[in-house]
Amino acid sequence: MSAEAEAGVHTGPHRDYVGAKLGMWIFIFTELILFGGLFVAYGMYRAMHAHDFHHAAGELNVPLGVTNTFVLLTSSLTMVLSIVAIRLQRKRQSMIFLASTIVLGCTFLVNKFFEWRAKIGHGLYPGSEHLMARPPGERLFFGLYYGMTGLHGLHVTVGVVLLSVMFALLRRDKIRHDDFVKLENAGLYWHLVDVIWIFLLPLFYLAA
Amino acid sequence: MSNTTSSPEHTAGPPHIVGYGTFIKVWLALVTLTAILVGLSASHVPNLAVLGLLVITPTKASLVLFYFMHLKYESAALKYMVAIALAVLVIFVGLTFTDFLFR
Repeated sequence: MSAEAEAGVHTGPHRDYVGAKLGMWIFIFTELILFGGLFVAYGMYRAMHAHDFHHAAGELNVPLGVTNTFVLLTSSLTMVLSIVAIRLQRKRQSMIFLASTIVLGCTFLVNKFFEWRAKIGHGLYPGSEHLMARPPGERLFFGLYYGMTGLHGLHVTVGVVLLSVMFALLRRDKIRHDDFVKLENAGLYWHLVDVIWIFLLPLFYLAA
Repeated sequence: MSNTTSSPEHTAGPPHIVGYGTFIKVWLALVTLTAILVGLSASHVPNLAVLGLLVITPTKASLVLFYFMHLKYESAALKYMVAIALAVLVIFVGLTFTDFLFR
């Protein structure tokens, strides 16, 4: 008999739904401040080099940026539907929705790969000869573009890994209709990634 | 497919289940707002593009925050925490720009 049981304290699997959610939200606040700082840097440099930013943004692939927005928005929908499904005890549906989210996350990354490859192919990457010959504002724009979409892409990658782990847990019934806070927290992370992209789209792709 | 199924009030448990329908509507709103945003920026009218950035983008973020991230159904304490975190961000942005503008 454990010491806890002897003392007459609550035993059994310890679950703290509110605590788990709160912890995730506090982590999300740190992410907001992290990206917030980058957005402030973007704002300041744009105010200092308005013309260069405008000109450089014209070189980004708008259709690809908009496509990726729709991909992420849809992935956010399938994510939230996966949580609803498991709560309604529809495990199969939940797994299908979650798998769709993972596939859409990968689609986003593949699009990003082609976008970056084309830019790098045109000699547009930080420190390249082609870019260094351009006005300082354009160099800053592409530095921020690679820095911010890169950090965002890293978050998408982490999200895909996290959701794949959740998929395995869901399959093994470690996430159930009465114990789904892990899936919900992974969902919060995924939506955060979506929110950040919502701001990246107009600031980079639609800034021309 | 029911829209909302209520469960008895919990003090420390998960909130009630919101049905598929609500989230599909939110997604449709997000897609529509994105289309409007892209349309406004393609119009090449500077004021409209700025309006899109300052109004549509925060609206989209709020939809994700309140519905997809479930904030609408969370406790008042959590809502205040999110408000404080965002206020800190606004103070950072505000102070930086005031410094820039009045230097």
